[in-house]
Amino acid sequence: MSLFNIFDIAGSGMSAQSLRLNTTASNLANADSVSSSYGETYRSRQPVFQTVLDNFDQGYKQGSVKVNGITESQAPVRQEFNPAHPMADENGYIYHSNVNPMAEMANMMSASRSYQNNVEIANTSKQLLLQTLRLGE
Amino acid sequence: MAINFDAALGIHADALRVRTQRAEMLATNLANADTPNFKAKDIDFREALKAATDSQGGNLNTTHQKHIPLTGHGPANPQVQYRTTVQDSLDGNTVDEQIEQAQFMQNTVQYQATLEFLGGTFQGLTKALRGE
Repeated sequence: MSLFNIFDIAGSGMSAQSLRLNTTASNLANADSVSSSYGETYRSRQPVFQTVLDNFDQGYKQGSVKVNGITESQAPVRQEFNPAHPMADENGYIYHSNVNPMAEMANMMSASRSYQNNVEIANTSKQLLLQTLRLGE
Repeated sequence: MAINFDAALGIHADALRVRTQRAEMLATNLANADTPNFKAKDIDFREALKAATDSQGGNLNTTHQKHIPLTGHGPANPQVQYRTTVQDSLDGNTVDEQIEQAQFMQNTVQYQATLEFLGGTFQGLTKALRGE
């Protein structure tokens, strides 16, 4: 019965969306992080989703979602001249993370809505399966 | 007169299979609502049901009157179609969550309707067997 596949598909969607929520939480928590060098500055992290196209992919069901990796945003890091800051480098600069809190909030809402969608699908499928089991009673 | 399950259940057993396939496809669309370049897919129910009822698990000739015709149900591979979008998105994804939700809901109700038909048939058969 391929209704069982829906549990795998919706489950993979939930796991992907929760990972997205995770990175969003990490981004928002580090929105105000500063560092004393350009390279060490926190950069916004975003997961990349991908569809599984066949059944031979490490136990994934066809049509489910997997997280292909996490990319760091290439947006420029904000540099600020603040010699009084304890993290300032020898030239008096500190570096702010490139997290955009507004974009992250929108991202969070989108992820939570998608998660809920997947939960609904799994719930509905469960009810359909239970009704199918009671067929003919 | 023999009781023939296939004749009694009619089209509803096939319909249930196609509804299941469609549910899986719609669930895939919703799970991939945020996947870049994913294209939303669906099946034409009428075509899919026709394909499901036509696929009788291969064609075997019956050369003797006592040969039993094959009425098994082979796998149906309905033609998958891509949904056209109202608004394109920047990442090439064509899933409209509202449309998919509505379609999934509709498919669920239709699945339940098919289940009711099947359930009624089984109840009728049971009644006939009891002969009360």
